[in-house]
Amino acid sequence: MKLTKMKTTIIAAAVIAGSLAGAATAFAADSQFIGSLVYRTGPYAPGGIPWADGFADYINLLNERDGGINGVRLDLEECDTAYNTDKGVECYERLKNNGATGMPAVMPLSTGITYALLDRVVADKIPLITSGYGRADAADGRIFPYVFVPPATYWGGADIAINYIATQEGGYGKLKGKKIALVYHDSAYGKEPINTLQALADQHGFKLSKFPVPHPGLEQKATWLKIGRQLRPDYVLMWGWGVMNATAIKEAAAVGFPREKFIGVWWSGNDADMIPAGKAAVGYKSLQFNGVGSDFGVHKQIKKELYDKGKGSAKSAGNTGEVAYNRGLQSALILTEALRAAMNQYGNKPVTGEQVAWALDRLSITEERLKEIGADGLFDPIELSCVDHLGKGRAKVTQWDGKQWETISDWIEPNSEMLRAMYEASAAQYAKEKGIMPRPCG
Amino acid sequence: MIYREAGEFKASYREDMAILPIRQDRWFMWALMAVAFLVIPSIASEYWLGTIMLPFLILALAALGLNVLTGYAGQLSLGTGGFMATGAFAAYKLATAFPELHIIVVILLAGLITAGVGILFGIPSLRIKGFYLAVATLASQFFLIWMFNKFGWFTNYSSSGVISAPPMTAFGDFFVTGPHATPVAKYLFALTLVVFFAMMTKNLVRSNIGREWMAVRDMDIAAEIIGIKMLPTKLKAFAYSSFLCGIAGALWAFVHTGSVEPLAFDVNRSFQILFMIIIGGLGSIMGAFLGSAFIVLLPILLTNAPHLFGLNIPVDIISHIEFMVFGALILFFLIVEPHGLARLWQITKEKLRLWPFPY
Amino acid sequence: MRIERDVIYIFIATLFLMVAIPWAAGQLSEDIFFEWPFFFEVAIGGLLAGVMYSLVALGFVLIFKASGVFNFAQGAMVLFSALTLVGLNELGLPMWLAVIVTLIVMLVLAIVIERVVLRPLVNQEHIILFMATIGITYFLDGFGQTLWGSEVKILDLGIPSEPGFYFGGAILINDFDLVAALIAGVLVVSLALFFQYTRIGRALRAVADDHQAALSVGIPLKHIWVIVWAVAGIVALVAGIMWGSKLGVQFSLALIALKALPVLILGGFTSVPGAIIGGLIIGAGEKLAEVFIAPLIGGGIEDWFAYMLALAFLVFRPQGLFGEKIIERV
Repeated sequence: MKLTKMKTTIIAAAVIAGSLAGAATAFAADSQFIGSLVYRTGPYAPGGIPWADGFADYINLLNERDGGINGVRLDLEECDTAYNTDKGVECYERLKNNGATGMPAVMPLSTGITYALLDRVVADKIPLITSGYGRADAADGRIFPYVFVPPATYWGGADIAINYIATQEGGYGKLKGKKIALVYHDSAYGKEPINTLQALADQHGFKLSKFPVPHPGLEQKATWLKIGRQLRPDYVLMWGWGVMNATAIKEAAAVGFPREKFIGVWWSGNDADMIPAGKAAVGYKSLQFNGVGSDFGVHKQIKKELYDKGKGSAKSAGNTGEVAYNRGLQSALILTEALRAAMNQYGNKPVTGEQVAWALDRLSITEERLKEIGADGLFDPIELSCVDHLGKGRAKVTQWDGKQWETISDWIEPNSEMLRAMYEASAAQYAKEKGIMPRPCG
Repeated sequence: MIYREAGEFKASYREDMAILPIRQDRWFMWALMAVAFLVIPSIASEYWLGTIMLPFLILALAALGLNVLTGYAGQLSLGTGGFMATGAFAAYKLATAFPELHIIVVILLAGLITAGVGILFGIPSLRIKGFYLAVATLASQFFLIWMFNKFGWFTNYSSSGVISAPPMTAFGDFFVTGPHATPVAKYLFALTLVVFFAMMTKNLVRSNIGREWMAVRDMDIAAEIIGIKMLPTKLKAFAYSSFLCGIAGALWAFVHTGSVEPLAFDVNRSFQILFMIIIGGLGSIMGAFLGSAFIVLLPILLTNAPHLFGLNIPVDIISHIEFMVFGALILFFLIVEPHGLARLWQITKEKLRLWPFPY
Repeated sequence: MRIERDVIYIFIATLFLMVAIPWAAGQLSEDIFFEWPFFFEVAIGGLLAGVMYSLVALGFVLIFKASGVFNFAQGAMVLFSALTLVGLNELGLPMWLAVIVTLIVMLVLAIVIERVVLRPLVNQEHIILFMATIGITYFLDGFGQTLWGSEVKILDLGIPSEPGFYFGGAILINDFDLVAALIAGVLVVSLALFFQYTRIGRALRAVADDHQAALSVGIPLKHIWVIVWAVAGIVALVAGIMWGSKLGVQFSLALIALKALPVLILGGFTSVPGAIIGGLIIGAGEKLAEVFIAPLIGGGIEDWFAYMLALAFLVFRPQGLFGEKIIERV
């Protein structure tokens, strides 16, 4: 090998070392830093892009319209995780000390990253907000002081789905002897609802059959032959993820299982999952913890302040009604309302993660507040406390009509009494393993 | 000029067989150790220690394990992720079932359990070779992950199937796992283990066993003819390799992330480790470290690079470009030196010996 | 092609086990539902799914046969070709023109790969070439998404996805699967004809047999490589169209390569018919296992079962069912 080649290599190495060393970036001291972990690339990008757009649009709306929160501008920085846990942890560590006060809260948007951050957020005193994913038992704020799970958990989702089925059938009494199948992504995420569904099956006398689908779920023929041609259940629930959803719906169509009796959790209810399934998806139902469509005040303001001025994040204002987009809006709303509450308490300057945790512990997003924002009907009010890090945990059922989601139920409240006991039992088990003393909530 | 062995005389066999026969190499090693143990913990930020150095070290250990199997014994394997998962879950079961066990004991036992599993999955290697073996080891990868996912016993019946490490101390109040462990503590703990096992491996591959492995790698039929028994030799390689991978997995779950789900050790992890040893250099201890550095550091650097130059590029474009540049760099290094970064290092040393003369 | 006797034995044994094990499981366990029409439905569904795996595996085989490169980038090529096709179509090109342009793109890609990657690495070890294709994978994944974005795109072939027809009154067969199988069949036959009867085909086979001998009778190795990568690109496009119309064109398409690997080792890296037979065995085997064995041990076994099945075959034939026998000399 020639020496020149070696020189190039050495120079390259030097450049690499040099640029890594100076990785710190300067930020304005008077603006509030917000770090957002998103996945705009990778296998799950179709569902991640609208979320990231919704989140960014709401933050930008506050900046454009109000000049931030209480006069403090918001400084948003995205970090692409590609839904990869290693990258997500790197993003979190990189962003957590940015800005004047560091990252005020982290929304990892992935079960894997959530688990990887559980220990870290406690040490860093940064609240971890997992809206509709992550650990359901983090609803117990005494054991998870830095984890917040509004507006809904998987366990609640499972209960809501059964509740909806019971309404369809004419009461819980009619569930006896019914067959309900669960098709789930064979991972931490997909397994979350099993315990709840099993408990409900024992209680109401329906038969639960479980059908794990190995990651990534490109092939489900065997699963659906079993379901559609052999078991022939009354209902199918799905805890699917990414490309698995569209495949499942197509296979359900192939065996002729009625889509009206096929109900997915919210992560199986992205627009991006329905589109590839085409006509096969018509009639398919999905739970949503937020409203659907873009006929809300907040969307109009976003259109006026951002898209009409060419500052929108999504491709066009037409994309702002997607379910995942609205979820991004909701996450931004929860975060900014907490920031506002923290600033009201600690002064109108950038706030720290600990202060935001304080605010989240007593977060209150009322119906009136939602009306002011222009999001009434879009989101459910959220009331959190030191003990309760979940709120009501309600969700709606929506149905795909071939182009968009139609809401077909009101907010359905899960059986909080039963679930609360399950959350606490599971959290206590976690506390025992990790040697955590529950904090007093007075 | 500076770097050469002239004037160094070996007076004993011991000196002649030293791992680093040249004085400058020894100095360099000591300096490197000093930097790793003293300088880095005192000057590096939390981000550097916790997010860059720790994964680098742990994955380097896994790469070391795979390099023993693939680089020294010539058995191509894509089961690394599965073996790391075995280590992680074994450590979790041990740590929760016997809370009084010391973390070192837990990790070593987890490594031994993984070695057993490795032997089991190494048996097909007696008949299958090359890429066929690589794909066949994927069977163990998928099977092990499925098993940990499926049976609640492995996760103490947690509803989501996620394991999380209990807080443990190396000595006294020096926490190395759990929320109270500082990045410095975690780093030093991992570093100590990694250095220890790297030295152990270095000695092992110079021993009788290592030479048997290399003989099998270079020509298995010839090796058999000169009296090397295939079965024990290959299985020893599988055992030792899985032992290291198991320890790496346990460290990953306990020291690095704290909580993991089986998917953290999916097939992509196996590929990642394999890339490391190919890029770093097959059959080289140094190569495992260089490869790990390349695969762990480069993407992070590429993601951060536009920021440094003050460019405001959307994150998705950065990610795409990162992919392209990463791919192009892999090709570039392979074309420049197909035998990996370790070979480049070797060549650099050769050149330095002769410097300033070209020949 | 001469089929060795032990292949036939293995084949008969496989067929027997595929029927006997589900039947026995159905007799022994309450949880397993066994009826002949249902068994055939699963088996046929599996065979048709297997054809879809074969489509991907074919691309691997072509390249491995001609250049000894285990082309990790085949999955990325499937994604890239499908993305290009749909992207061009969305830009307003009619479908037929988009297909032609995509084919040209794949040809250019083959030329670039040969120039930039294969030529400098000629005569390197297999594993180095393998790693180089991984570099190509990363590059293509990034490049395709930079050009066409990461959103999901629709590729509608107009084949209905609702239940197809009932064969013999009781066995449900899906239209889409049947069409896919048909297309794969046509592809394989035309590839076989191409290899058997054209000049280039003969040259390709000569190269596959012995690089050195092929060179010495005047076959230009470099051209052959370009051709073989281009043909693999066409196969990738067909696989991309079929899988893309099934799943939507998105990044996940690159993941189907993992489904093709067990097919590949079962059939042998060097055999085109092997890829087809391997696909059929893996497809039927994993579906039958998932339906008739999995309920006993918790389900979701499809993925590792395919690999275990392939592994079981390898124990009897270490070079795959139709792979070339490796003769080693000291």
